[in-house]
Amino acid sequence: MSGEEVRVRRRRHPGAGRGRGALVPKGRQVQPEAQDEIRTLLGDRPRRRDLLIEYLHLVQDRYGHLSAAHLAALAEEMRLPMSELYETATFYAHFDVVGEDAAPPPPLTVRVCDSLTCELMGARALIRELEAHAGSEFRVLRAPCMGRCHCAPTAEIGHRHVDHASAGAVLAAIEAGDVHPVIPPYRAFDAYCEEDGGYALLRACVAGERSIDEAIETLNASGLRGFGGAGFPTGRKWSIVRGYPGPRLMAVNADEGEVGTFKDRHYLERDPHRFLEGMLVAAWAVEAERVYIYLRDEYPAVREILLAEILEVEAAGLASGVEIELRRGAGAYICGEESSMIESIEGKRGLPRHRPPYVAEVGLFGRPTLVQNVETLYWVRDIVEQGPEWFAGHGRRGGKGLRSFSVSGRVNEPGVKLAPAGITLRELVDEYCGGMQEGHALKGYLPGGASGGILPASMADLPLEFGQLEKHGCFVGSHAVVVMSDRDDIKAAALNLMRFFEDESCGQCTPCRVGTEKAVELMAQAKWNEPLLVELGQAMTDASICGLGQAAANPLNSVLRYFREELE
Amino acid sequence: MSEAVCFSLDGVEVEARSDETIWQVAKRCGTRIPHLCYADEPGYRADGNCRACMVEIEGERVLAASCIRSPTPGMKVSTATDRARSARDLVMELLVADQPAREVAHDPASKLWRWAEDMEVTSSRFPSRVAPDPDASHVAMRVNLDACIHCNLCVRACREVQVNDVIGLAYRGHGSRIVFDFDDPMGASTCVACGECVQACPTGALMEAALVDENGVGRSEPLREVASVCPYCGVGCQINYQIEDNRIVAVQGRDGPANQQRLCVKGRFGFDYVSHSHRLTRPLIRREDAPKHAECEVDPANPCTHFREASWEEALDVAAEGLRRVRDRDGSEAMAGFGSAKGSNEEAYLVQKLIRTGFGTNNVDHCTRLCHASSVAALLEGIGSGAVTAPFTACADADVIIVTGANPTENHPVAATFFKQAARAGKTLIVMDPRGQALRKHATYMLQFTPGTDVALLNALLNVIVSEGLYDRQYVEAHTEGFENLKRHIRDFTPEAMAPVCGIDAQTLREVARRYAGAERGIIFWGMGISQSVHGTDNARCLIALSMVTGHVGRPGTGLHPLRGQNNVQGASDAGLIPMVYPDYQSVEAVDVQARFRDAWGTPLDPRRGLTVVEIMDAVHAGVIKAMYVMGENPAMSDPDVEHAREGLAKLEHLVVQDIFLTETAFHADVVLPATAWPEKEGTVTNTNRQVQMGRIALETPGDARQDWWIIQELARRIGLDWSYGGPADVFAEMKTLMPSLDNITWERLEDESAVTYPCDAPDRPGHDIVFGDGFPTPDGRAKLVPASIVPPDEQPDDEYPMILSTGRMLEHWHTGAITRRATMLDALEPEAVASLAPRTLGRLGVSAGGRVRITTRRGAIELLARADRAVPEEMAFIPFCFAEAAANTLTNPALDPFGKIPEFKFCAARVERVEEVEAA
Repeated sequence: MSGEEVRVRRRRHPGAGRGRGALVPKGRQVQPEAQDEIRTLLGDRPRRRDLLIEYLHLVQDRYGHLSAAHLAALAEEMRLPMSELYETATFYAHFDVVGEDAAPPPPLTVRVCDSLTCELMGARALIRELEAHAGSEFRVLRAPCMGRCHCAPTAEIGHRHVDHASAGAVLAAIEAGDVHPVIPPYRAFDAYCEEDGGYALLRACVAGERSIDEAIETLNASGLRGFGGAGFPTGRKWSIVRGYPGPRLMAVNADEGEVGTFKDRHYLERDPHRFLEGMLVAAWAVEAERVYIYLRDEYPAVREILLAEILEVEAAGLASGVEIELRRGAGAYICGEESSMIESIEGKRGLPRHRPPYVAEVGLFGRPTLVQNVETLYWVRDIVEQGPEWFAGHGRRGGKGLRSFSVSGRVNEPGVKLAPAGITLRELVDEYCGGMQEGHALKGYLPGGASGGILPASMADLPLEFGQLEKHGCFVGSHAVVVMSDRDDIKAAALNLMRFFEDESCGQCTPCRVGTEKAVELMAQAKWNEPLLVELGQAMTDASICGLGQAAANPLNSVLRYFREELE
Repeated sequence: MSEAVCFSLDGVEVEARSDETIWQVAKRCGTRIPHLCYADEPGYRADGNCRACMVEIEGERVLAASCIRSPTPGMKVSTATDRARSARDLVMELLVADQPAREVAHDPASKLWRWAEDMEVTSSRFPSRVAPDPDASHVAMRVNLDACIHCNLCVRACREVQVNDVIGLAYRGHGSRIVFDFDDPMGASTCVACGECVQACPTGALMEAALVDENGVGRSEPLREVASVCPYCGVGCQINYQIEDNRIVAVQGRDGPANQQRLCVKGRFGFDYVSHSHRLTRPLIRREDAPKHAECEVDPANPCTHFREASWEEALDVAAEGLRRVRDRDGSEAMAGFGSAKGSNEEAYLVQKLIRTGFGTNNVDHCTRLCHASSVAALLEGIGSGAVTAPFTACADADVIIVTGANPTENHPVAATFFKQAARAGKTLIVMDPRGQALRKHATYMLQFTPGTDVALLNALLNVIVSEGLYDRQYVEAHTEGFENLKRHIRDFTPEAMAPVCGIDAQTLREVARRYAGAERGIIFWGMGISQSVHGTDNARCLIALSMVTGHVGRPGTGLHPLRGQNNVQGASDAGLIPMVYPDYQSVEAVDVQARFRDAWGTPLDPRRGLTVVEIMDAVHAGVIKAMYVMGENPAMSDPDVEHAREGLAKLEHLVVQDIFLTETAFHADVVLPATAWPEKEGTVTNTNRQVQMGRIALETPGDARQDWWIIQELARRIGLDWSYGGPADVFAEMKTLMPSLDNITWERLEDESAVTYPCDAPDRPGHDIVFGDGFPTPDGRAKLVPASIVPPDEQPDDEYPMILSTGRMLEHWHTGAITRRATMLDALEPEAVASLAPRTLGRLGVSAGGRVRITTRRGAIELLARADRAVPEEMAFIPFCFAEAAANTLTNPALDPFGKIPEFKFCAARVERVEEVEAA
């Protein structure tokens, strides 16, 4: 038929003959420009699933949001299904996913903490004031605890925190373009080594001058426990992890999100190498091939510090045989739960895993994993170097060791207070915090952040120690103490805490996902439906998958138990 | 599996297998524990998220989800304590709070409502949330997330069972929400409409559109169900029809050996064709004033322009009279017939018997010629058997899986789910295809090679395996012949020499060869990309050689598997719808065989092999063949160069067509006999895995349409045969006397078990999934290694026709489209003829996506919509052959493979041009 005009005959359509064929294969197609941009941004970084959250940060930082086009290109580049990528991107509060039809957010984001202490200190009014100024330049978002409760209320402009924030201070910072974190003065590598004998212990361990068994024995004798909140004996944990066949991994939980807690930040911003040395000793002890530090995104200054100081440690050859990976959280309280953190490090949503198996046996990438909190590791060097008695010698009322209390609220001198285990609230306030603020009388307090319940002033003489408060429906957890006075509304505080859990629930299980939502609705009512709330609280405690849901009803139960007058 | 675990369940000592959960043990012991997110179905792991199955374990602080918890020795589990019961009840009450009222439920009989009723928690004291908006964007399914309980079953269905990866559970906490891709409307997403999610959903949040009314309210009366098997592809999924008023309203997947409850869009949503208004319900006889010609087109809604209705008596008489007349006048060589791989085994057997004994010729063939004839030729030559050596489910046991020249996510969607699962489980998946198909995402290696260079690529792999000594010496010595010859032959096909030919770099070729040869268990799957070529037999020979030299056959996780196309192409071939062989591949030219069949059938038989599909059409053109009987085939669409085929059909003196629709072939018929659709008849079919399965009657036959076996028998009687079958069971019984492959497989057994694999050793034992562990059914028991040389495609691109046209199928439409384009959902999903071209190619042509293109070859030209598809290479246009209004086979090259006689559908030279859009008048 060459050369001649070919006759094209259109024959009969056997179907309805209506409708138009799709222009492209099913679903969203990858745009070449977006693909080029993503490839450029990623460069030669490995296309590994576990790095997904890091790459989402790259895109968010570069473009201010995650457009559907970029996400589609990233999914293809990483050979991930779009749905899986979307699950991860939309789970974390610090990512702004923007569909094709939606407008991207303003270039600047101001986050105002509205967790309990900040709310007590006026966060709500601050948000209202700032919202009046928000527009195309910046937006205002309410955010959960930023770990600066002793300076409440707190706001974050870009990555710059403003303490004791007022609308004026925030607007001035916006005006000045101050959006980068302020790096506080801290003991850097040289100072740590030269002035403080730093890394001698690690060198001795690696050189074989110290035995692993001996180190574990020392920790056991010292009574050091996990300060993330669960208080599990540290030496025993190391032994358990060592009991599972290698290769083993380690993960450091620096996702300090429990409301009112800021001790990890305190140590990391002052003496990061004491923590890093403890971490490397732990890695040596469990023979971990790699250590992941999962740092919450609310701590940008710490991130800069660790990035710089890890380089120093590596350059000094102190991390031979172990790789250190600093991972950046993205705004999710639940990732402080160890199995959620592991999921997040793997690049997924932070959904807690079912136990058993425990992460010591099946953890990161399915391998036996040692998970430790920052502060726990911070004490390792001193304990192993100076002997267990140095630590165990502290304590009151049978408590053993030192505890770092994050104290905030109606006291004169809030902050991180290193105090003996077993101390009471009254002692802590009087001896370490300069007493109650003028005009405030103690009414109640949170002994352990949002999860630990609320105790009344009448119970200010209980030892604030692991295992001591459970019989009162509370626990000390991460030792985050929020002090409330007769001028504070305890019922409103409980609602604030339940809202926090509602916001931060991962959504995996019914009692927590639906339970926190219904509890907020019921608790927002002027008159509480007590029997229903009691039933609900019990089911949440009994049937939730992880500690978040199991503890979420604690403040509610505390009000019902200790603050009945508030319900009238 | 280790030893049993003893524990206490509600005070009773019980034993659990080490892989059993508390829930499973409780069920086994007769204790029903509520469950919503846990589906007690094949392929679904427990997720433990709904917390409806909580139990109390002594010594534990909190309750445990019984669906995901394994018992440990000595554990004391209580299912009925107040604490456990209250937690379960409260969980249910929380969920019920947010449900639409039961009177307006999307599925009033959902698992959720049944349990709520059982637990007596059908109302809630909690306030309800704001209901999400419904999503009616998909034609086949309704999304009503107001009923969603976030149980994640649809995500597991989509991600883990079907591995389609469309559904996710996004956002967080009480804001979490089921999403499609990026929270897109379902209908705009990458959803392939397999419907696994609607089958899995325990609440009615995801429903078949056909099962809810316009307000999203479902029906409360249960539907009548009939168990059968899907009539579409060779996978052979078992199904349950759900029927109302002689209409199939929905289809659910059944736990068959090939599908384990899974289905694809066709099997789930493609059944209303049976009640389409175009169904033939009365016999038709061609009007005298309607002469036949190639251009002839008839409106299937109004056949009266060319035909008149007739009684069965008259129609059968006219049909038979014409056949008899030509046979008696011009002899048997003037006669031919096509059977169908869409019918049952019994029908296929009857058709070939009719042609052989009634027409007196072996000129009988069917569409196997157009799909795997070359594969079968190579397999018969190489290993003495044309069927697969292992089922596709064997990929789960393989270490390395090769899929070449096949696009299973479109053409064998349920088989593809097993490949994708295997890849996800960490198996090495090697995909070889000129098109970048969907399996690419799952592939360890994606070899997107130059079209038509299969032999170069495969010989390079053989070269590496032999030259690097990676072959299995012992196996080669014990079980093959011709190795030295092969070794000499492939010496020059080094990866370095072949890389520029096939477009895959030498290093990759070496790696792939090493991975396959080095695997403990390797398996090869292929499709029409291998077979539909003038070197199709050579392509298959190379695959056979790969498998043989590595010893990757006859063991679990190893084998050769040509993915058969039609639902019953294996069975129709087994039943003898092939011109060279009687049932069970017994040669028509072997004297002893001939004698046996002559005695069995009681008529003299043609001693020569017959002509194949394309040869028959050529013989019609040559004036040799003058009368044909076509049962269920559509050569006017499926043959290459269809204009030529249609001219042939029009030229026939007498053409009898038996079908359910007035197909393009029937346009040229003298007599059209209205037959039954698959859901209207019973019979057996044999899938690609050699599983013989039972199809059952679900619907009454419309109008005066008749059972196919009856029609064939009536024709047979009228041309002088003395047949008296009482039904398909009688036919099956006769087949068993002539087909050893059906030993130990009886009609009754199939009625009981629904599926039995052949070969089968005993009536009470399952058949052999994996065959040839100890040699081959060849004369010497050895596999024959046959070297292949590079033969280029018959028609290479040139200046005038610079592009390559490749044809194939698409997910939503079946072959020539006669049935699927009349299935409402499938027609709505793919309503129009499309050609897929690379976006860059379209840019070069100045055509935007969705614009029209004209595609011209030396045979003809068609115009159709251009789809911008990045999977298609820049030099290629791909067109599915299902579109009658722009038939791809107008363009294809009828050049044949010399051994399999299969046409080269996958490659011809073409020109693509932009068509100016004309304003509608």
